Amino acid sequence: MSTDHSPLWEVFVRARRGLSHTHVGSLHAPDAELALRNARDLYTRRQEGVSIWVVPASAITASSPDEKDAFFDPAADKVYRHPTFYEVPDGVAHL
Amino acid sequence: MYGNDFAPPEDGPGGGLLGEVEAAEAALREAAARARRGGPAPDEDFAAYFADVIDADQKIEPRDWMPEAYRKTLIRQIAQHAHSEIIGMQPEGNWISRAPSLKRKAILLAKVQDEAGHGLYLYAAAETLGVSRDELVELLIDGRQKYSSIFNYPTLTWADVGAIGWLVDGAAIVNQVPLCRCSYGPYARAMIRVCKEESFHQRQGYEILHTLAHGTPEQKAMAQDAVDRWWYPSLAMFGPPDGDSTHSAQSMAWKIKRFSNDELRQRFVDMCVQQAEILGLTIPDPDLRWNEQRQAHDYTQPDYDELMQVIKGNGPCNRERMEHRRRAHSDGAWVREAAAAYAAKQRNKEKVAA
Repeated sequence: MSTDHSPLWEVFVRARRGLSHTHVGSLHAPDAELALRNARDLYTRRQEGVSIWVVPASAITASSPDEKDAFFDPAADKVYRHPTFYEVPDGVAHL
Repeated sequence: MYGNDFAPPEDGPGGGLLGEVEAAEAALREAAARARRGGPAPDEDFAAYFADVIDADQKIEPRDWMPEAYRKTLIRQIAQHAHSEIIGMQPEGNWISRAPSLKRKAILLAKVQDEAGHGLYLYAAAETLGVSRDELVELLIDGRQKYSSIFNYPTLTWADVGAIGWLVDGAAIVNQVPLCRCSYGPYARAMIRVCKEESFHQRQGYEILHTLAHGTPEQKAMAQDAVDRWWYPSLAMFGPPDGDSTHSAQSMAWKIKRFSNDELRQRFVDMCVQQAEILGLTIPDPDLRWNEQRQAHDYTQPDYDELMQVIKGNGPCNRERMEHRRRAHSDGAWVREAAAAYAAKQRNKEKVAA
């Protein structure tokens, strides 16, 4: 089971219809088909899901929490993106 | 949700602990939602940021900066934990082919499969710290990393499967529930999952013992014999007494560990007394009694010299367990190679087609 021959896959499970896929963990498998089977046996033994995605971990590009502030800064000073920013005059309905 | 095989928290043995797992899960969500106000920024003073996150009871995540010793401690602890789950399949696997009914056999198979699952969740958590699966497997196979000493004791009768579920899994849960609040995110999340599943293990063991203890005199004697043999090794699972525990203080400061070995051992003893009464079995400790002043039971400590001997490799089954693990690994090599060859062939086909 060398890591070259059995790379790491990240597993996402949709718990029920109507919910989005959520990351549940990772596993090793030689190919996508086996990754799916392993994911079924490892992460859905108790009916935790109705759909599984597996993604090669190497295909994921991540922002690092170390860069958190700089990377997410542009969003911090745009409070006007939230509805709570706006003052609603008394008596206005359906807004 | 993990299906509906769990009764409400207050129902039956281990129920209170399951409630604590759920509380830990809620706390994890709550801490994640709580914004950290002020304090050092992540890109300024790494060490101060790390300390601040720990102090705020928030989680350290894989790409965060962390002290090298924190990383090493976690790798050691999570890997040993993973190895224990994998080796722990052996003593119980020993009884799969001889389970007394098809129902018991199906349940035991599911339980042993869960142990494999727990090992894999934990290996995956350890890998987020930068160690590879291959390295971890090698470390176990070469004997350079340990697994829990409890699995070096033999399962002599069917009742041992019950005693393992009740006492060994019970002690493991008491040890592991606080780990659901560990400061390292991937470990805490893996432990929440593990603890929910362990609860089924503990109950199935308790049910086996309860059935035997209410069966024929021979069956009851078999159950008592199993409890007699597993009681002290289970107490030893909490590790050496606080005074002799080498890793404790730093792990507590890092919030990897939340309670001392002796605190957890006491908690386990206090839980078991009432559960043993309902089983109608006797805990093999003549000095076990309620201490009104301490509001806890006084009990006889396990033999820590024996624990040290087993850790050193001289327990009844150390060699057998390791031999079996090595053989399983080498016997499985052709499967891994075949799967890798097939995957390579498919990749080449795609390349040719493209």
